[in-house]
Amino acid sequence: MRQIAVYGKGGIGKSTTTQNTVAGLSEAGYKCMIVGCDPKADATRLILHAKAQTTVMDLARERGTVEDLEVSEVLLTGFSGIRCAESGGPEPGVGCAGRGVITAINFLEENGAYDADTDFVFYDVLGDVVCGGFAMPMREGKAKEIYIVTSGEMMAMYAANNISRGILKYAHSGGVRLGGLICNSRKTDKEYELISELAKKLGTQLIHFVPRDNQVQRAELRRMTVIEYSPEHAQAEEYRVLAKKIADNRDLVIPTPITMDELEELLMDFGIMESEEAAA
Amino acid sequence: MIRLKIRDHNDLFQGQEYVEQFERKKEFEKGPSDDEIRRVAEWTKSEEYKELNFKRQNIKINPAKACQPLGAVFCASGFEGTMPFVQGAQGCVAYFRSHLNRHFKEPFAAISTSMTEDAAVFGGLNNMLEGLENAYTLYKPKMIAVSTTCMAEVIGDDLNAYIKQARDKGIIPKDLPVPFAHTPSFVGSYITGYDNMLKGILSSITAGKKGEPNGPNKNKLNFIPGFDTYTGDYFELKRLMNMMGVKHTVLADVSNVFDSPNTGEYKLYPGGTPLSDAMDSINADAVVALQKYSTLKTMEYIGKEWNQKTAVLTPIGIKNTDRFFEEISKITGKPVPQEIEDERGRAVDAMIDSHPYVHGKRFALVGDPDMLMGLVSFLMEMGGIPVHIVCTMGDKKFEEDMNALLSESPFGVEAKVYVGKDMWHLRSLLFTEPVDLLIGNSYAKFLWRDTETPLVRIGFPLFDRHHLHRYPVIGYQGVINLVSSVVNTVLDEMDRKTINTTSFDVIR
Repeated sequence: MRQIAVYGKGGIGKSTTTQNTVAGLSEAGYKCMIVGCDPKADATRLILHAKAQTTVMDLARERGTVEDLEVSEVLLTGFSGIRCAESGGPEPGVGCAGRGVITAINFLEENGAYDADTDFVFYDVLGDVVCGGFAMPMREGKAKEIYIVTSGEMMAMYAANNISRGILKYAHSGGVRLGGLICNSRKTDKEYELISELAKKLGTQLIHFVPRDNQVQRAELRRMTVIEYSPEHAQAEEYRVLAKKIADNRDLVIPTPITMDELEELLMDFGIMESEEAAA
Repeated sequence: MIRLKIRDHNDLFQGQEYVEQFERKKEFEKGPSDDEIRRVAEWTKSEEYKELNFKRQNIKINPAKACQPLGAVFCASGFEGTMPFVQGAQGCVAYFRSHLNRHFKEPFAAISTSMTEDAAVFGGLNNMLEGLENAYTLYKPKMIAVSTTCMAEVIGDDLNAYIKQARDKGIIPKDLPVPFAHTPSFVGSYITGYDNMLKGILSSITAGKKGEPNGPNKNKLNFIPGFDTYTGDYFELKRLMNMMGVKHTVLADVSNVFDSPNTGEYKLYPGGTPLSDAMDSINADAVVALQKYSTLKTMEYIGKEWNQKTAVLTPIGIKNTDRFFEEISKITGKPVPQEIEDERGRAVDAMIDSHPYVHGKRFALVGDPDMLMGLVSFLMEMGGIPVHIVCTMGDKKFEEDMNALLSESPFGVEAKVYVGKDMWHLRSLLFTEPVDLLIGNSYAKFLWRDTETPLVRIGFPLFDRHHLHRYPVIGYQGVINLVSSVVNTVLDEMDRKTINTTSFDVIR
């Protein structure tokens, strides 16, 4: 069983990329499971074709304790036999979402959700590594492999670098490794070159460049992955390629995060950002 | 000899000065009148109040429960040279220490990493590193057993990673065993914490120690007492196994830690299971747990990972103790010696002697799940009738187990099991459906005060009576002790009730 965590800046397309990739893996015959680690609980809607699934924390809130839950209530099966669970969490502005992730993952583990014949478990994790709770998927040898979804926008790259710093923290003690960057294209200038260079600086690879295509949105409106909605479409093939690359990936590294200055230099080298002298 | 004039608590607050002060305080606070207080107090005894009380959702009043890390430090202290070490705030650890020394009247050492606000924001790594460094340097433990409080759990401190870093940085030696367990206080209770810590310790120190089958540990048994706060039980278990000639290791043997001989010299590590034995426990033939609910995860782990035969046997009461010896005999092939048969005979004799006073008496019980299972079985053997069984720490499984036990005896038909309920619920029950006797820990004395139901102190914690933990409740000897505490409470009450009547008799 390979456990993989997908991190990235909010809104970058982690959930879409993860679900489409998992659909690709599942199509190729792998048994997969997705664990959504985000209070918004939107990491599994394309697989389950439902607006939102009953989350672990929703039920815990209702019953007063997580101990009264059955795993069958929160672990649902969707497209192509993919099993899905959502941690859920508090409303914005209250409580502790990080603890929700810890509680949910512990619950799934203790109740045998991870059965031996599962090939891939994907954790879809909210935003940057903001607190110990959101690092939970990396802890104690759970997810050993991390992929970061990014794009050519500066803040997405900044987040990717920040996440690498989080991985570095856990790399020496927990054995977690970076598997690569996934570029979810925003059609910014020289995007492919830029992210390839960022990947190189972080000591990793650009594992796949997913082009921007409205077919993804069309499928999403119907609560489906592209692979399910339009299996013949070129975009579906992109996700199949990404799935295969991840399945075959042996290039797992300890990342070498860079400083903010180095990141800005990189943008200047590509002519995306003006140097202070030039601006003046 | 100089005689000091001591004004103790009782006399002091009866004095003129304090009586007046209390009056002024009452006046200042503008509290309700005495009549109003009496009226409400009467109302809390009613059926109407009971119904409201059982609808209560958002508050627990006097629950028979305490948090996970208490169980974890208790368990950790049961190993040779081991320092219980808690990643968390100081106040929590002060509470665990005082709770244990108030019960056992013994000093108890445990470490806190003193997490404060900055640790909550930046994570507790530095606290862990400094804490380990200080603990190792100052107290020279042979093992440091790490558990956590709520704070470390909410922010998601990763113990595994922190401990590895401490080793990599050379803060603690590579070969110092530092097992850990995540023990969030807001999940489960001290029985869960005990279980988590024991599993953490055993899985850590037995790693790579699996030897050849039929080695020197052949025919050896592991015993896990569970969260048992009767030191007498540990001595009793070892005595009985020695009588049977059964080679054994008690895992988390707290007997000498909480009942150490006073030699005039303070020992930081007064006892515990020898580490070499604990490491070798993986090579024993079988494991027997004396409690079920406090050892669930540990037993599952041992059964699966060590491939040992497992049995859960709680030898409280005659039937349970009989089963205990039958099973031990079956597992080891050793016969039960005549001396133990004689002890059984004496216990049965004691039960028969006291039987007339216990038969038909109605009981309320509050306590830990394993203790309640044992006590209910014992009481029904004596013809006692359990009526209210309150288990704050109990879950659905416990409720099922208890109901199955009750259905085995005609004395069990009246009983109702209340899981997750507290002593304030029990207070209502004692008013609306009174019983003859109440069994519980020291906090149940408030129920005794309010409802005048005579209290037999069995359980944890016992703060207000001395030495009770020294008398075993397990085995046939335990039966004699239980009979004695129950029947003598009945007789005390009988004397109290018949005072100044012709029934006030010298013979009972």
